[in-house]
Amino acid sequence: MALDMRESIGADFSGDTAPPGPRVRRLPKWLGPHLGRALVGAVGGYALGHFLGNSIASGYENVQGNGQNDVATVLALSIGVVGWLVGAGMLDYPVAKIFGREPLPPTPSKSWTRYFGPALDHKIIGLQYTVVVLLFFFTGGLLAMAIRTELLSPTNHLLGPGTYISVVSEHGTIMMMMASSIVIGPLGNWLVPLMIGSRRMAFPRVESFSLWIFAAGYLVILTALPLGGFPTGWTGYAPLQTQATAGMDAYLVGFAVIGIGMICAGFNLLATIINYRAPGMTWDRVPIFVWSVLATGALLTLATPTLVAAGLFGVLDRTAQTAFYVNEHGGSSFLWENLFWFFGHPEVYIMALPGFGIVAEIMPVFTRKPLFGYRIAAAGMIGVSLLSFFVWQHHLFQSGINPDMRPLFMLTTELISIPTGFIFLNTMGTLWKAKIRYEVPMLFALAMSFNFLIGGISGVFLSDVPVDVTVHGGFFVLAHFHYTIMGGLVFAFFGGLYFWLPKMTGKTMSERLGKWHFWTMFIFFNFTFFPLFLVGLLGQPRRVFEYAQNLQTLNDISSVSAFCLGASFIIFVVNFVWSMFIDPKPASRNPWNSRGLEWQTPMPVPPYNFTRIPVVLADPYHYGQADAREVADLGPRTLALTGAVASEAPSAVGSHETTGEEGSGDPRPPIA
Amino acid sequence: MSQGTETHHFRRLITIWVVLAVALDLVFYFAVGPHVPPGKMTSSASGAQFDFTVLFLIALPVMVAVWVYWAYALIVWRGSRAGAMEPEGGPKARGHLGIQVGWIATTTVIVLGVFIFGTLELIVPAGAGGGEGPTPIWTPTSHDVLPVQVIGQQWAWTYRYPTFGGFESRQLMLPVDTTVEFHVTSLDVIHSFWAYQLGVKADANPSQDNIAFTTTEQLGQFTVRCSELCGLWHGAMYNFGRVVSKAQFFVWAQSTQRQSAVNTKLLPPFSYTYVPDANGADGGLYPDNVDPYSKVQQYGATSPSK
Repeated sequence: MALDMRESIGADFSGDTAPPGPRVRRLPKWLGPHLGRALVGAVGGYALGHFLGNSIASGYENVQGNGQNDVATVLALSIGVVGWLVGAGMLDYPVAKIFGREPLPPTPSKSWTRYFGPALDHKIIGLQYTVVVLLFFFTGGLLAMAIRTELLSPTNHLLGPGTYISVVSEHGTIMMMMASSIVIGPLGNWLVPLMIGSRRMAFPRVESFSLWIFAAGYLVILTALPLGGFPTGWTGYAPLQTQATAGMDAYLVGFAVIGIGMICAGFNLLATIINYRAPGMTWDRVPIFVWSVLATGALLTLATPTLVAAGLFGVLDRTAQTAFYVNEHGGSSFLWENLFWFFGHPEVYIMALPGFGIVAEIMPVFTRKPLFGYRIAAAGMIGVSLLSFFVWQHHLFQSGINPDMRPLFMLTTELISIPTGFIFLNTMGTLWKAKIRYEVPMLFALAMSFNFLIGGISGVFLSDVPVDVTVHGGFFVLAHFHYTIMGGLVFAFFGGLYFWLPKMTGKTMSERLGKWHFWTMFIFFNFTFFPLFLVGLLGQPRRVFEYAQNLQTLNDISSVSAFCLGASFIIFVVNFVWSMFIDPKPASRNPWNSRGLEWQTPMPVPPYNFTRIPVVLADPYHYGQADAREVADLGPRTLALTGAVASEAPSAVGSHETTGEEGSGDPRPPIA
Repeated sequence: MSQGTETHHFRRLITIWVVLAVALDLVFYFAVGPHVPPGKMTSSASGAQFDFTVLFLIALPVMVAVWVYWAYALIVWRGSRAGAMEPEGGPKARGHLGIQVGWIATTTVIVLGVFIFGTLELIVPAGAGGGEGPTPIWTPTSHDVLPVQVIGQQWAWTYRYPTFGGFESRQLMLPVDTTVEFHVTSLDVIHSFWAYQLGVKADANPSQDNIAFTTTEQLGQFTVRCSELCGLWHGAMYNFGRVVSKAQFFVWAQSTQRQSAVNTKLLPPFSYTYVPDANGADGGLYPDNVDPYSKVQQYGATSPSK
């Protein structure tokens, strides 16, 4: 391969060379951008915003007599987010550029503190994302436990209606926010550059920004609880939204904040996949996970702006007394319903597609077979992402929309099951005459397929308008989307974590605990949500704190299983903490014997991923072929790198520690 | 076993699938089918029951096909088994044109079939009990239609009977064997009128008249719940209604009309939608009767129809 790759080496972001121009004074480390400064910035911004709001709109209350100034709340949350971003150093670069100064390169750091500050290495950001989505997920999970506790009895109440509605709404919103990034954030950012043979993401600063604003969204949505909660569920339907108290502001601002993060993450991944593929990484060699991220990135970029705009209208209704959603003043509550679901339905596929990608990526490795129907899998993902823009009104079948729209949306909704079905063809074809190894990631992948089949088939019932009359707005829908999101996406995510964590952290997870986690999660997941299909068919509407006496048995089965399901995640946390911090066992370079390009890199993966931009020779699915080509020409392993590989065994402290000690810490070959 | 030819595996899979699918479909149809919610109290309820059953009879063989295949694969082709074959790579394992084309064709046929079935079942029974908005296009053929207005407000359902002087009641009484035209509206936020056993669901939107049709077929009691989150007491927003004989209904309606005449005078005049007086001080309501759906509604204002 006589390609001259020197020009494509990419921008320097390691900061080991001083920038040209006059030397700039650096802040002491503790004053530099990091999590602590971000928190101080958030609190300061909140206080400043509150003061400003009270100054410009003194005494304004959206709900008369409740003592909450909504202008102050909105400004406090917005400026709080800006303060958080300033504290995290997210605005240093653009501000320096605006004033014509050369921005400071980030301080090169080898210590653990780099995980708590802004980073430009997609692998650090991927791990930061992992922690934040797990935080989201466990918070939402605890709220789910509270919901199931309240539903233990039809008449005895633990929470009461007000707290219950707040908890339900908070659970739904947190989980939806989390699920929008659960795969794209941690695994998408960590894996995509490695899988396509790139040294970095297209926009590393935007990548970091998307992480920090995502984390800010978590804090904003949590403030809804001390502000009094909000009563609308995650859908935030409009007249109720307009009459709600200040917790609603947190919902609207929070979704806008998350939305900005989603747009940034989405177009960054799109740009990276389209432009940063290594030579030879043609479209028919791109790993299927990357195809799923590509389809998801398109959805994130195109669908989320609607949400941000819709949220802005809501904020204006509540603060500036506009009437976008107020029927009596010429607005329309249907406007919110349509804008929200125009985002909301692609959002559903934002949550499903990366799960498909993970499963299709895991299956070939543990069956030792090529992925069956690679092209059809890619086509299915693109097909789903296109069709998902044309189905949103199926959420409004009984809402009083123009009635002749309903057959059309019934058709598009049912059509989407064709490309979705492709993924089942892929997994089934891959299993044909395979050599199946039942390791933890494979178990999760199989369970995802099992759950998603139930979730998907129940979706066909929902898409049928006459049946939807009975099942719309009831527990049947709830069971359906928990089967697709929790049973599909979350199972795929944990499968992906068990699969790639050894690569990401350099440490092996315990297989025994992993299997315990899998079996408890799988069994109790099904025992939690399957009864809810029946509960819904028997007439229990969603989001109620009181239900018919005859449904108590089914609800109690669900509740008790939900507690066990919650407990299964304790096994995961124990496994994670034990294998990462207490008794770490180093992982080998390629423990699953995968052909994926990401597994061919040295361990731990150096800051620049590749010594030389690899030249891709084949797609990663050539299993079961004796004469299969190497997946890529990684170039001559330099001495510095060989050293890094050799010394991986004793490195049990940090994932990227060793590279710094071997050689210069910069694995690039010198540019002649 | 794993050494078997492809046709060998195929034949075995198809046999298991056919046996299981037929058996389960029969069990479902005869044992579960008659009990599928929401029952047979109205035309739309039995329609929903029939549609659910048909969809389930289609879905069951699909699910069984996938499950049988997985179970077979996971047992027969597990890698830990002694003498497990090395799988076959190469182009043959990467895709098979016939299987892929067959898969796409089959799913497309099923999906289009389900769509055509669903559309017929939506159009023929006049919207199948779902809310059709202010201008319904699929309407019942009967000219003997009882209009009932359903008003949702935080957090109660009330009902007005325009052909009986527009009195308002907290009880939903319906005559049997009658086509009912529900006009669902709201005074504040979005609710959803879910008469579970009637197989009727229509969102109650402020300033909108959402119309749904059904025909009562059995006597009995039914539950009305709100199925769209409407705030604090959403979970407690339910009441019960009854389908009674025509004679009983007329006795009830006419006596209630007489008894509540004093109150009816204080209500806003009957209208298909109402606007809350958002700017006024007293929080009253104004009729907002903008070009409503006008079907001939002469349902026995004076005498029971035979």
